[in-house]
Amino acid sequence: MKDDKLLRWVLAFYTALVFLFVFAPIAASLVFSFNSDRFPTIPLGTFTTDWYVKAFSNPEVWDAALRSLIVSSVTAVIATAIGFSAAYTDYRYDFRGKKAFLVLSLLPPTIPLIILALAMLGWLSMFHASGLTISIIIAHTVLCAPFAMAVIRLRLSQMDPNLEPAAWNLGASEWVTMKSVVIPFTLPSIIASLCLTAAVSFDEFAVAWFVSGLNKTVPVVILEILTGNIDPQVNAIGTAVFLVSITLVVIAQVLVMGRAKKPEAV
Amino acid sequence: MAEPLVVFDNVVKRFGTFEAVKRMNFEIREGEFLALMGPSGCGKTTTLRMLAGLEQPTEGDIRLAGKSLVDVKPHERDTPMVWQSLALFPFLNARENVEFGLKMRGLDGPSRRRKALDWLERLGIGEFGERDVNSLSGGQRQRVALARALVTEPKILLLDEPLSALDAHLVIRMQAVLTKLQRELGITFVYVTHSQSEAFAMADRVVIMSKGEIAQIGSARDIYRTPANRFVAEFVGRNNIFAGTVNGSGNVDTPAGTFTLDGKAKPGERVSFVVAADVVSLSVSRPTARNTFAAQLISEEFVGSMVTLFLEAPGDTEIKVQVQERSLEGIPREPGQTLFLSFDSSHAHILKG
Repeated sequence: MKDDKLLRWVLAFYTALVFLFVFAPIAASLVFSFNSDRFPTIPLGTFTTDWYVKAFSNPEVWDAALRSLIVSSVTAVIATAIGFSAAYTDYRYDFRGKKAFLVLSLLPPTIPLIILALAMLGWLSMFHASGLTISIIIAHTVLCAPFAMAVIRLRLSQMDPNLEPAAWNLGASEWVTMKSVVIPFTLPSIIASLCLTAAVSFDEFAVAWFVSGLNKTVPVVILEILTGNIDPQVNAIGTAVFLVSITLVVIAQVLVMGRAKKPEAV
Repeated sequence: MAEPLVVFDNVVKRFGTFEAVKRMNFEIREGEFLALMGPSGCGKTTTLRMLAGLEQPTEGDIRLAGKSLVDVKPHERDTPMVWQSLALFPFLNARENVEFGLKMRGLDGPSRRRKALDWLERLGIGEFGERDVNSLSGGQRQRVALARALVTEPKILLLDEPLSALDAHLVIRMQAVLTKLQRELGITFVYVTHSQSEAFAMADRVVIMSKGEIAQIGSARDIYRTPANRFVAEFVGRNNIFAGTVNGSGNVDTPAGTFTLDGKAKPGERVSFVVAADVVSLSVSRPTARNTFAAQLISEEFVGSMVTLFLEAPGDTEIKVQVQERSLEGIPREPGQTLFLSFDSSHAHILKG
């Protein structure tokens, strides 16, 4: 019994250390975003919201924030639609080359970002479509669709294979069944996918930096401010970006986990 | 006379090279409770799914009320089904589940609601209408599934092993619910099951299937007393099967003994016959009656006040005897004990094939 208790304390301490390791940089960024000193040193100066004021009065930041918002929302919608179609195809149909189809569908996140970014730049330039807002949307959709597919596929795997036939049996055509059974059943995962892909797109830097040209997103602007000089307003922007992303990810997690635990028709 | 409600006319179903259903011809009469029974893989579920339109016959025709169902989409048929997994819509509450079929038929909201609640009430779960279906018990979910299928007032209801997920005592209760419902509504039930007790307890007629073919169609009594062939006799289980050759005096020589069948067989013929487990009598000393043989007791099994004795006669012949426990007083029942068994020749039924 005593050993058990000791072990639990050790494990709890270890877990706390891991979380500290992961979150300390973000916490530091949060703390220094309210610190009056220009350089991130201890002891801290006084509390200030100047960096937020400065960051949010910068039209370039607003411009980038608006673009990030547009890119991430449009990306989320398109990637989720593609992900849903791919996941449903996998759930419903058996065909030759299905394994290859699945591997190809889930491949993009395994490609190093720099490679993907360069390839995207090269490809989009061929159509004179680089350096536009839509270029970022196209590139991010490629990157995000596999995440959407994975999330929706997980939900579909919990669907009783008789659920659709049951709807047909009660007089619903295939399209009506899609609308009144498949989509309601997968809705939590569709919303989770929208949040998750929006978060990925909102945060993504490497691909955006390559293909965005003058149409910068928030992460690109942060890097540009940083390369110029050391400016605590990046802490302010970073904290704001982190809050947006973590909110989306938490919503996605709650929807995916919450439903996964619920027992379905057995 | 009008054509029966459902006709299977030379129906064949192949999956690739596998023949799931082999040239099937049978009829389902209006208002009957028909069970399709057989071991797994015998084609009973495929047969039901063809009726619902979830599988297309490879050959042949299925007619419902005189109209061919070939090329009729599942959602255009009026053949609601109760699923083994129930397949309730988990994102709808009990009442909304029941309303689904009515909604697809374009009924307005208030009428749908009224009909759905009526049916839930009728099945004894009126107070659970607004409950999440995942929060209901197995028996309650079962009733929601029944209400959902029946609310559109179909002529025929298909049931695919609907009770297989329930506890034994609930199965008995649901059997009573189903038979009562079928009588009251007077509609046709087609019930797929691998369980003999379910089929025999509820069905007017039972279709026994084996390897994609119909082995026998008949009432529970017909099938039990006069199994058509060895498969049925073995599947039904409570039968003793003897095989032998008819000798010159018209009796059958089997490894277990020589039996007289009252001239039901011709000399020289090889025959198999069955004697049901509950018509075999048992004694400690050799009785003088005809058709007596000896066997050694192996084990026994109680089901309520009945006991089934398992014995072995010469030639590895497995013998089952089913009697009232009371009637065994004074009979020693140690394993290895030799007992004498006899049966009346009128109870011997000759198998074809």
